[in-house]
Amino acid sequence: MDDKLIIRGIEFNSRLWVGTGKYKSFEETTLAIEASGADVVTVAVRRVNIIDRSKENLLDYIDPRKYKILPNTAGCYTVEEALRYARLAREAGVSDMVKLEVIGDDKTLFPDVCGLLKATEILAKEGFIVFPYTNDDPITAKRLADAGAAAVMPLGAPIGSGLGIRNPYNIKIILETVNLPVIVDAGVGTASDVAIAMELGCDAVLVNTAIAGAKNPVMMAEALKHAWIAGRLAYKSGRIPKKLYASASSPLEGMLT
Amino acid sequence: MINVKVNGVLMNVSASTIAELLSELQIDPDRVVVEVNLEIVKKERFNEFTIKDGDSIEIVNFVGGG
Repeated sequence: MDDKLIIRGIEFNSRLWVGTGKYKSFEETTLAIEASGADVVTVAVRRVNIIDRSKENLLDYIDPRKYKILPNTAGCYTVEEALRYARLAREAGVSDMVKLEVIGDDKTLFPDVCGLLKATEILAKEGFIVFPYTNDDPITAKRLADAGAAAVMPLGAPIGSGLGIRNPYNIKIILETVNLPVIVDAGVGTASDVAIAMELGCDAVLVNTAIAGAKNPVMMAEALKHAWIAGRLAYKSGRIPKKLYASASSPLEGMLT
Repeated sequence: MINVKVNGVLMNVSASTIAELLSELQIDPDRVVVEVNLEIVKKERFNEFTIKDGDSIEIVNFVGGG
């Protein structure tokens, strides 16, 4: 079954995308990414440590020829900041993709959707492949599509919360509202959350903390790999409708009298 | 010697171009993106781009993130 995710002509082998934050070491990062089977990895743009030059570079561990690098604008609270980070990221020359974050509040890390829409429009015009991190609001998703986003990335729950997909019905409505890939970003806590996202029909799931924060990140990465494959197959195979009462699995015919 | 601000830190450097600054700071130019006074400097221009007293320079790279 040919079931590849293709966005703007880019082929993705895995529907599980992973972040590279919060790991104990670069070694652990690479082992977990490998176990996850992901071919997209997100990264952040930050100042080089000019005082301590002993710090190694992430790209020494994650080969941009092997993985698709998806830089984010995490930590940006204004349109201007997000644009600045996105442009710096693109200048690194490994990707035109950007996971666009315009954060509205540091406690929830919920997106500022007004800023997000503006930034999406500007970056899309500049030729970026924009993946906006948004809330689970179908109307915002539609506006982002109109603004030129390549996909929409609704949150399942707050970043790093592990609460799972709190509003599967909204995610379903988003899937029916926009004619773009829908990638659940943020909130995943464990394998079943990934499976649920895929069963809803989402195109991919992006996970960081659930893997990096697990007691055994490499094992969790593998679990999530199985989860996306299981969830996707379940979605494609067409589940039975839910109903209130039983229907026997064994025949009534041939029962003893 | 000139005084510049690099990644928020005031420094006295002998470099007069971006390429020289990176070499003075022992930073691999292939792995970084440089911005001078909020303007991105293309890698191809690192050798010719002169820095002057009072410039604010940002040198960034990719780090782990979600």
